[in-house]
Amino acid sequence: MKNPSVDTHLLPADSGSIGTEPLLAVDNLHVEFTTRQGVARAVNGVSYALNAGETLAVLGESGSGKSVTAQAIMGILDMPPARIPKGEIRFRGTDLLQLSEAQRSQIRGQQIAMIFQDALSALNPVFTVGWQIAEMFRVHKGMSKKAAYAKAVELMDRVRIPAAKQRVNDYPHQFSGGMRQRIMIAMSIALDPDVLIADEPTTALDVTVQAQIMELLAELQRESNMGMILITHDLGVVADVADKIAVMYGGRIVENAPVHDIYRNAAHPYTKGLLESIPRVDMKGQELYAIKGLPPNLLDMPTGCAFHPRCPFRQDDCVTDVPALHEISGTRSSACHYWREVLDGTAG
Amino acid sequence: MAPQGDPILEVRDLVKHFPLTQGIVMKRQIGAIKAVDGVSFDLRRGETLGVVGESGCGKSTLAKLLMALEKPTSGSVKVNGELVDVHKGSNLKRFRRNIQMVMQDPYTSLNPRMTVGDIIGEPYEIHTDVAPKGDRRKKVQDLLEVVGLNPDHINRYPHQFSGGQRQRIGIARGLALQPEIIICDEPVSALDVSIQAQVINLLERLQTEFGLAYIFIAHDLSVVRHISDRVAVMYLGKIVEIGKDTEIYDKPSHPYTQALLSAVPVPDPEGRESRERIILQGDPPSPANPPSGCRFRTRCWKAQEICAVEEPLLQIRPGTDHESACHFAEVHDVVHAS
Amino acid sequence: MSDTLTEQKPKSVKPPKQKKPASLWSDAWYDLRRSKVFIIAAVMIAVLVVMSIIPGLFSSVNAFDPTTCDLTKARQGVSAAHIFGTDNQGCDTYSRVIYGARISIMVGVFSTLVTTLIGGLLGLLAGFYGRWTDTILSRVAEIFFAIPSTLGALLILALVGRENAGIWTVVVALSVLAWPMVLRIMRAAVMSAKSQDYVLAARALGAGPGRLMGRHILPNALAPVIVVATMNMGVFIAAEAALSFLGVGIQSPDISWGLMIADARNRFLQAPEALLFPALFLSLTVLAFVMLGDAVRDALDPKLR
Repeated sequence: MKNPSVDTHLLPADSGSIGTEPLLAVDNLHVEFTTRQGVARAVNGVSYALNAGETLAVLGESGSGKSVTAQAIMGILDMPPARIPKGEIRFRGTDLLQLSEAQRSQIRGQQIAMIFQDALSALNPVFTVGWQIAEMFRVHKGMSKKAAYAKAVELMDRVRIPAAKQRVNDYPHQFSGGMRQRIMIAMSIALDPDVLIADEPTTALDVTVQAQIMELLAELQRESNMGMILITHDLGVVADVADKIAVMYGGRIVENAPVHDIYRNAAHPYTKGLLESIPRVDMKGQELYAIKGLPPNLLDMPTGCAFHPRCPFRQDDCVTDVPALHEISGTRSSACHYWREVLDGTAG
Repeated sequence: MAPQGDPILEVRDLVKHFPLTQGIVMKRQIGAIKAVDGVSFDLRRGETLGVVGESGCGKSTLAKLLMALEKPTSGSVKVNGELVDVHKGSNLKRFRRNIQMVMQDPYTSLNPRMTVGDIIGEPYEIHTDVAPKGDRRKKVQDLLEVVGLNPDHINRYPHQFSGGQRQRIGIARGLALQPEIIICDEPVSALDVSIQAQVINLLERLQTEFGLAYIFIAHDLSVVRHISDRVAVMYLGKIVEIGKDTEIYDKPSHPYTQALLSAVPVPDPEGRESRERIILQGDPPSPANPPSGCRFRTRCWKAQEICAVEEPLLQIRPGTDHESACHFAEVHDVVHAS
Repeated sequence: MSDTLTEQKPKSVKPPKQKKPASLWSDAWYDLRRSKVFIIAAVMIAVLVVMSIIPGLFSSVNAFDPTTCDLTKARQGVSAAHIFGTDNQGCDTYSRVIYGARISIMVGVFSTLVTTLIGGLLGLLAGFYGRWTDTILSRVAEIFFAIPSTLGALLILALVGRENAGIWTVVVALSVLAWPMVLRIMRAAVMSAKSQDYVLAARALGAGPGRLMGRHILPNALAPVIVVATMNMGVFIAAEAALSFLGVGIQSPDISWGLMIADARNRFLQAPEALLFPALFLSLTVLAFVMLGDAVRDALDPKLR
């Protein structure tokens, strides 16, 4: 699949993994930001893994660190104010954090690509969309202008933009929100990346358009066997497309599991609370279950388990001890001291 | 909470066209954005009418028209049987005591340079007859208590609160004049998932406590279903289907409603591979130049010749028990959000 | 699972931060006090202000007193008696530089006051009412805006004539040409504040135009105007010096740095100190206000918040 001209000498080509090494692995990643009010620990030891052809959903609310982790993978964090004091991000076994900026920019776009929530601000308003897509081919593959434009039209067709040939010379503002998101997807898959990170790709879109985009992403993934990291807060979208889920809270992974397991029976009180707060038909007229309290302040994290001030399962040790990610089964883990009780549903 | 009695709000043929002009000195009208194009409905005391639709369908303009923040091009709004005249100050001021709003974005809807006490107390400064000066501070503190905030925080500024707390402040401001109707324009969509349920519960509790009627505008269909007694579905400035929550969600008859419901991702992975899904092609047309006849026909899989010629009226049709604006209205149960 | 935990009152959730002032204004003030640039600029300006109010504090020689000017001592170099030397008339340059601060500061303060009030008020009206109010005010402003300010002020002062020229004519000439800039900035800030949701919310409560402008729009549109006003102060001081240098601004026997530079320019090579000292004070004054404006902008910039 991979174009032979791509400089991959750093990385073992082809095979999705070396031994048991997944395509992409984040290992004990820490990211902190220096702000005027102090140091904000946005990511505190996050680990997750992604295999080829797999969709990993990273679920969390604002400030959970889900987007910061993705930006660290892409290497697009502003440093400073950001800092990565600890951790590894291994792509095909190579720690990206050890690479030079030049080496990373080789990987960025070609092997790991990203799409953003706001397509309008991610596209350059003064260039035509065709020019922007073609630029990917000209810069990274040294194609001629003409060949690159032909590829751009081909890609616009592939993401199903109607009348691609006529619209290749239009500017981003001439497209609707859904079409702009398609253009961004076209740019991100232009160089056949192995990993696609989608950061809230449909949050700004309407539900009918969201359905189109999610369908397109699933289809592209099937065709190319990409690994996809889908960052979202939408429990519905996750249930629709994910193979496995990493739930983040306060800069940590609190639960890791295959999608069916989590929706059947959550092993962390936060996940459980989120799922129970979804309005259901049989709950009509009744109060919704609501997680009490507020999300944590990154500048002043609670001691012990970050979720303890809001947790119905809280015991004394939750206030003092940070829970490790306990393995429940080969594919599941939960960062709760009392995951057994959570699974059984016996609140403190 | 059961809605009762005469309608408290009657909306008839409400139209709002924003003129599109060309030229600076000699302005010529070259067209109009038909944001709201003939909307009629009733709202009864204590009732919640959910309004759903996608961006550009006119639901936010509808909210502004109902709040008399925009002058309608034509049509009428009656509150308690009395016509709202946007040109008459005294009439408008009385009207504003009865109908208030909760906005979407808790970060931009509170003046960052005013304290919480000043923000919630402002209604009393404008409508001085509601509460004598000496009582206002106490009233504001009571309101803070009602929406679940600490009354001692009256002198704090908005930026000292989180998003969910700010939304509570906005709700308290809306309650200050003891209105009978509150328009909620996407009141939870800007909030964190774990906070949304708290605010929905608060809105429901306030409804029971004060007998409020809500117009609940949102794009989250499961939230709308949870809170609404009746639901109106809008597309390009018109209501295409309206009925009781069960009628809309269990027996949708308009193709657009069906597509909308089936497009909502279900928060349950079981059986996701076999789920029926109607994926609409393309984007909604521009409200400046809507299609002739039925506005949905350009994306509709049922469209026939008649759809381009004759505009389907919103009415009860054979085989449906609620109003639907489709020539080929037909109940079709789609698997949808909860 | 128990459902008693639904809907609980979030109790004092804000963490006990370091003593942080509450309002955005006091927040900005808190930041300002921690800015080195602000401290340096503020000290410099404070010294200048004191200098202009009580010049005697700095100079033992009274520059206005003709007896201190002694033609026999004209054009002397730096000495213990005259630390900056003396000028053509035998006056002490040091005390004249000190006394010169008064006019500079007055021109700066009054021009800024006039332009900010006029430009600010008209900008508020143009931005708030829009439509024809905006069209008329903006067009008028553009006409003035098109005139290069120093050239325009030169023209106005030339028309007024030397015999009538003085501090007030300079203030008027500078203000006439500078208010449109304040109008533009205020108008833009008002238009962006006007479209905020909280203004809509206030309208929905029935707030009238006075309340909307006074309570909601003006406090949120003031920051950029304050920054520009601060920087303008330095610009006006420099402009006054330029006009006085060209002979149309402040006239002798009033003391102005611009005038002193003009007097000293012909014998710069023989006695550079007569030119350099007033020039140095002028530069430092302008620099102080520009630095102050910078510091204020940093403190008020909402993007950092």
